[in-house]
Amino acid sequence: MTAAISHDSAPLLEAVGLSKTFGIVEVLRDIGLTVKAGEVHAIIGENGAGKSTLMKILAGNQPPTRGEMRMDGQPVTFSGPVDAENRGIVLVHQEILLAPDLTVAQNIYLGRELKKGLTVDDRAMNESAAKAIRDLGGDIDPNAIVSRLSIAQRQLVQIARVLLVPHRVVIFDEPTASLTPHETEALLKVIKDIRAKGVAVLYISHRLPEVKEIADRVTVLRDGRLVASHDASELEPADMARLMVGRDVAKLYPDRHAGVAREVVLEVEHLDVPGYAQDASFQLRKGEILGFAGLVGAGRTELMEGLVGLRPSRGTVRLNGKPISFQDVHASLKAGIAYLSEDRKGKGLLLTKDLRVNLTLASLGKFVNALQIDRKRESDALDEAIREFDIRTGRKDILAGQLSGGNQQKLLLAKMMMLDPSIVIIDEPTRGIDIGNKEQIYKFIAKLAEEGRSIIVVSSEMQELIGICDRILVMRSSRIVGEVTGDHMNENEIVVLATGVKTGEAA
Amino acid sequence: MTTAATETAKAPKTSRDWDMAAIAPFIALALLLILGYFANPNFVSVANILNVVTRSAFIAIIALGATYVISSGGLDLSVGSMVAFVASLMILFLNAAPIADPMMLLIAGMLLALLLGAACGLFNGLITTVGRIEPFIATLGTMGIYRGLTTWLSQGGAITLRDRELQALYRPVYFGDIFGVPVPIVAIFVTAALAAFVLYRTRYGRHVIAVGSNEDVARYSGISVRKVRTIAYVIQGLCVAVAVLLYVPRLGSTSATTGILWELQAITAVVVGGTALRGGVGRIWGTVCGAFILEIVGNIMLLSNFVSEYLIGAIQGAIIIIAMLVQRSLMRRS
Repeated sequence: MTAAISHDSAPLLEAVGLSKTFGIVEVLRDIGLTVKAGEVHAIIGENGAGKSTLMKILAGNQPPTRGEMRMDGQPVTFSGPVDAENRGIVLVHQEILLAPDLTVAQNIYLGRELKKGLTVDDRAMNESAAKAIRDLGGDIDPNAIVSRLSIAQRQLVQIARVLLVPHRVVIFDEPTASLTPHETEALLKVIKDIRAKGVAVLYISHRLPEVKEIADRVTVLRDGRLVASHDASELEPADMARLMVGRDVAKLYPDRHAGVAREVVLEVEHLDVPGYAQDASFQLRKGEILGFAGLVGAGRTELMEGLVGLRPSRGTVRLNGKPISFQDVHASLKAGIAYLSEDRKGKGLLLTKDLRVNLTLASLGKFVNALQIDRKRESDALDEAIREFDIRTGRKDILAGQLSGGNQQKLLLAKMMMLDPSIVIIDEPTRGIDIGNKEQIYKFIAKLAEEGRSIIVVSSEMQELIGICDRILVMRSSRIVGEVTGDHMNENEIVVLATGVKTGEAA
Repeated sequence: MTTAATETAKAPKTSRDWDMAAIAPFIALALLLILGYFANPNFVSVANILNVVTRSAFIAIIALGATYVISSGGLDLSVGSMVAFVASLMILFLNAAPIADPMMLLIAGMLLALLLGAACGLFNGLITTVGRIEPFIATLGTMGIYRGLTTWLSQGGAITLRDRELQALYRPVYFGDIFGVPVPIVAIFVTAALAAFVLYRTRYGRHVIAVGSNEDVARYSGISVRKVRTIAYVIQGLCVAVAVLLYVPRLGSTSATTGILWELQAITAVVVGGTALRGGVGRIWGTVCGAFILEIVGNIMLLSNFVSEYLIGAIQGAIIIIAMLVQRSLMRRS
């Protein structure tokens, strides 16, 4: 109903010809956007399309290079996020920004504590925090310590904190990225309630079914440009995907020619990684690409870390028939198993060191002559890696942190391939990577398999697993709960296994 | 999501931009020499310079070890106490060991000092790595232990090298010279050259920087973080022992106050030299330069009448704070 009213009203927030350049790179170009009261306007696009930059401009975190914003038809400029907040524009960040050791109520009121005389008024804050959470349909004790809450609960606390400010426009930056389907459902209901109160909502996501469900209007960004803006009723998720990517999505994944050999190279039996994975058993064949699907927190990363000796684990692991166990990564690398962390910046590369140092870090032994590191050979190896993995860098002496996400991933891949491993485990191979680099990474993975190496891909992107894997194992709450192969490799089958809920049951 | 775009968008900066931080200590040294000249023209005489550099030997050599510990992401507060402890045990050994030949006795004593230094360093290293105790607390504890043991060994008094013949034999190690260059200065440069080779040219050195720069990345790359850190503490212990080898012939005696506040001076020299206190960047020649700067500041205070020399500790404390501020502003700019 509210939606019907608002369609007639003037836009609450309007952006006209917004552009943003960093140095010589244009991140946003000529973006126009309107959002009305009581409307959910979804902004979708690939990683790197400019969604977050646009939101940062609208929330006053960054000024636009060109263009203007209007509220209620009047031009406005924001001196900072606090200024935007004072005008009623609030942003719910993608990351959880809460103090983990404080309580729910203390977090909600952090920096704006209610006072009674000289002391803080805990009772009043607890009461109104509890009410704020209830209003959002949640049930969390305001005295609970945030570090004990689930991710979904923390997110709710974060939203409650943001909504405490008098608001007219709420921006959600990928709020469902780490939520289960059930939690996502609950969050979408919260957003619908906010909309029903006549608040304008900007909703960023690349999960298209939920965009279809919640949005009144959809704007698609690609490479910093606005490529389409439609009423949500006119777009199906498949149309949105096509607009986002700018081409047929199926072309993204390489054709696989070589069949998988029968020969089993890795056998894992009843592997426990205490606290994270239980009783995991699986086999990996020569030349196979094996996928690990599951929700965030299902224990996939930890299982792999247990396997390569990064975490304590119990169970039987056989490599080419011989039982092995690894005390540390040095041992697993020596045995020919390389693990590429999902956390490229935190665990994969030394961001403040140059490319050469990063490339050879895991394989330095190969570059030592009479105690001394041979820098010439290191440089030659870098030249070769840049060619082979198409690492795009203007200069070779730049720091790893200055590469784009995609090129960092290529460098990390090159670094691990210096060891010539027979088994490569890649965790979230394309997280935060733009479409062009994605395609290349998939090609590299396929090529490694064709060379006779065996690959394990851990990913939260089901499409990518379906696109490149021969077989997919699904984990739920620390256990491998099923396997999908052949014709059964589709999102629905995976979701059913990953969540334990049969989505299609009602129909 | 847009990080990819914003990253490439920043002005193209490279590893070369760190150069300013690398040359800053040498500029400071040059400025100090000029300042010294104006304070007292005798300051830049060859004799005085050699004298100043010679006196900086203890701190310079200890600070070279500290460069390893700090750039690997650790910290060692116990070095001053360790000097006192190792030197005391060495003198007690020289006084009591039943070795007739003085040369043999001296060589045995020196080997013992190196062994003790390495053992003290190993102890520090194992507490922090295997015991998983913050380096600050672990070495604060051993600082008390080594100091307390020294006080106990000396029973509150002094421990003195008694044998005259041995004293005479050992004396040139501090007071002698090689082709006109005092032995301690040769010791500084030999130790520094060795330290630079290991840190910049060998696999272990690369691992030190990797561990200090990001422990997780090192671990995920198959580097044993514990081993790298523990060895860094052993190197620190060995450097302390080398300083002891120079210290004993100079005074021939130790007491409970030997080496007091040397940890402050060593860490200051490292920081002034441009090594990052949070680890990941190590500058060997910067450290040597930092040790010279500290000694020169003291010398200028002594030669001029601006400031009382009793304020030397306060000035050194101020220098480390100023050096940190300079380091941070240089890093912000790049």
